[in-house]
Amino acid sequence: MSSTVLLTIAMLSALGLLAAIILYFVAQKFRVVEDPRIDTVTEALPGANCGGCGYTGCRAFAETLVKSTSFEGLNCPVGGAETMGKVAVILDRQPVAVEPKVAVVRCNGTPDNATRTSYYDGAVSCRVAHSLYGGQTGCQYGCLGCGDCVAACKFDAMYMDPVTQLPVILDEKCVACGACVKACPRSIIELRKRNKKDRKIYVSCVNRDKGGPARKACKVACIGCGKCMKVCPYEAITMENNLAFIDSFKCRLCRKCEPECPTGAILEIGFPVKEAKPAEPADAAVN
Amino acid sequence: MLKTFPKGGIHPPENKLTADRPIVILPVPSQVTVPVSQHIGAPAVPVVEKGAAVKAGQLIAQAKGFVSTNIHSPVSGKVNKIDTVVDTTGYKQTAVVIDAEGDEWVETIDRSAALVKEITLSREQIIERCQQCGLVGMGGATFPTHIKLTVPAGKKCDMLIINGVECEPYLTSDHRLMLEKGAEVLTGVSIIMKALGVENAVIGIEANKPDAISQLTELAKDFKGITVQPLKVKYPQGGEKQLIKACTGREVPSGGLPVDVGVVVQNVGTSFAVYEAVQKNKPLFERVVTVTGKSVKNPGNFMVRVGTPVTALIEAAGGMPDDTGKVVNGGPMMGKALAITDVPVTKGTSGIIMFPADASKRAEVMPCIRCGKCSSACAMGLEPWLISVLGQKAMYEKAEQEKITDCMECGACAYTCPAKRPLLDYIRLGKATVIRMARERVTK
Repeated sequence: MSSTVLLTIAMLSALGLLAAIILYFVAQKFRVVEDPRIDTVTEALPGANCGGCGYTGCRAFAETLVKSTSFEGLNCPVGGAETMGKVAVILDRQPVAVEPKVAVVRCNGTPDNATRTSYYDGAVSCRVAHSLYGGQTGCQYGCLGCGDCVAACKFDAMYMDPVTQLPVILDEKCVACGACVKACPRSIIELRKRNKKDRKIYVSCVNRDKGGPARKACKVACIGCGKCMKVCPYEAITMENNLAFIDSFKCRLCRKCEPECPTGAILEIGFPVKEAKPAEPADAAVN
Repeated sequence: MLKTFPKGGIHPPENKLTADRPIVILPVPSQVTVPVSQHIGAPAVPVVEKGAAVKAGQLIAQAKGFVSTNIHSPVSGKVNKIDTVVDTTGYKQTAVVIDAEGDEWVETIDRSAALVKEITLSREQIIERCQQCGLVGMGGATFPTHIKLTVPAGKKCDMLIINGVECEPYLTSDHRLMLEKGAEVLTGVSIIMKALGVENAVIGIEANKPDAISQLTELAKDFKGITVQPLKVKYPQGGEKQLIKACTGREVPSGGLPVDVGVVVQNVGTSFAVYEAVQKNKPLFERVVTVTGKSVKNPGNFMVRVGTPVTALIEAAGGMPDDTGKVVNGGPMMGKALAITDVPVTKGTSGIIMFPADASKRAEVMPCIRCGKCSSACAMGLEPWLISVLGQKAMYEKAEQEKITDCMECGACAYTCPAKRPLLDYIRLGKATVIRMARERVTK
């Protein structure tokens, strides 16, 4: 009886030892050598795995950072300069200054501005609606209002306004990861330079139709008149396909373009209210 | 014996309200809007200038490339403008707007109603004529006919199937065409047979059209090799693969084309258009459209010129009923709701259906209860609940493995779903993306 027990113990111990030896050599042979800095960098990153950097997740980005020779073109929009500074210390590199950005919805097609000509009752998805038809208004470029962008936002920085039927971006929460930009089938959302006090001046329209049809579809459409382009002292405004575009990196927020816009397509946000204009000169009033 | 396809299928109420209404020729409208993209493939390129005088049947837009078709003027008059207008897709497309004056046709078109049975053109000439006359599949898919008639090298075609099924509820345009233009349709079938070099043709007709079955059976006695096959009523029998399976028992492989099993399928309407193009030299610029709906005053089948505004058709049918909630272009199963009715009729418009508001509203979407009804309804043997979710969640690789591209978008799954899930919406989305991905893979 006792010999059976002893034999069993001996057998199992021998087997275990053999397996341990095999495992040891196998582990030696197939060992993966990994840079320990990858783990440290991963820990320094926010861990949101949002893909805003252009890589599949924080770890993939960390691997790229460790392999890279310079930080040119590499940036974590979530952590911003602070995180990139930490990473630069770990990897002993020079941090590259990157302008912080913020997502902006370039459509103002509220039910008041753009009259609804039909009602969509299909699957609640902008991608589906976009594949089916031009949209509930006469504008085939504007917001479809199904909220694919809101669903894509991982930072709780967006919501659909039930009154305007447009998405709203909370500037303080937006990290400019670009998920909403990718989710929008109509490329309405744009990442723009984040200015002081979240001030913005932008053309809130993406309608590429000529002036007449654009205006007919929406009261606040850009009609492509080009007045804003002429008045801009910094050449920040370009016209393409009947649509004005303000380059947020060239714009210096001089506020000259907004009063020029005949339809109110250019929006100024975050500025103090302008003082009432001085009375017009008498000779101008004659006309 | 009545044949049908074995897998899946549904039985929606037929509602063929206009089956006994003869085709009415609609007067030429004062203005037509002819989109340059009315077919699958590259849009045609306009070849007329603003202000140019045109005759009915004159080429106004030239096909661009092989997978494209010519567009002809449906009326005589003056080109008002070439502009972008909203068409049945809901998007703005380039279109030629023509102000109609009189009704003068190009001299080469034979306008007499006399039946010309003798086929004088050769195989190549027939295909060339179809290409010149801008023929497309009239069932709704609008695939250029000349491509379908050209059997690819290395493939052999031994049978032609003519789709007279018209399994979509409400629609009766093909039914009326078979009744009123039976001999012309059969001549068209003979022409297609000659073009393909096949000896046999089967016309598949569902049993809910006994008058069409008996009439074509009678007429077919004078035509060599054409037989009429009555089919059991079941949706989607008009699907190419389902019709082939029902008529011949052959199964088109996944991802394959009918020609892989030696079959080419053409629609009854296409056969009639082929007859007119080959025997009368008439380009495709008019078609039969069913205008119907339960509260429509005067539903009917109308022979209309391409480019006629849908509003004119609705007027002809007695105006839009007050309770209308949705106007659908095409059949109720596969058709698409129109965002606005001021859009032109195109080569693919088979019907305009006006649904009352209470019947057209989609029900509230509930969670999937895994009942499996969609899987039993799918005529392609797919699992709609699964591929729909895969499309929604953007899991395209998995969707491709689950054969999402085999879906023909018949809508039987969404029709049968007790939770009213928008299954087809997401399947369409996933299918389009998977097809695009596959194409990108090939070009890489």
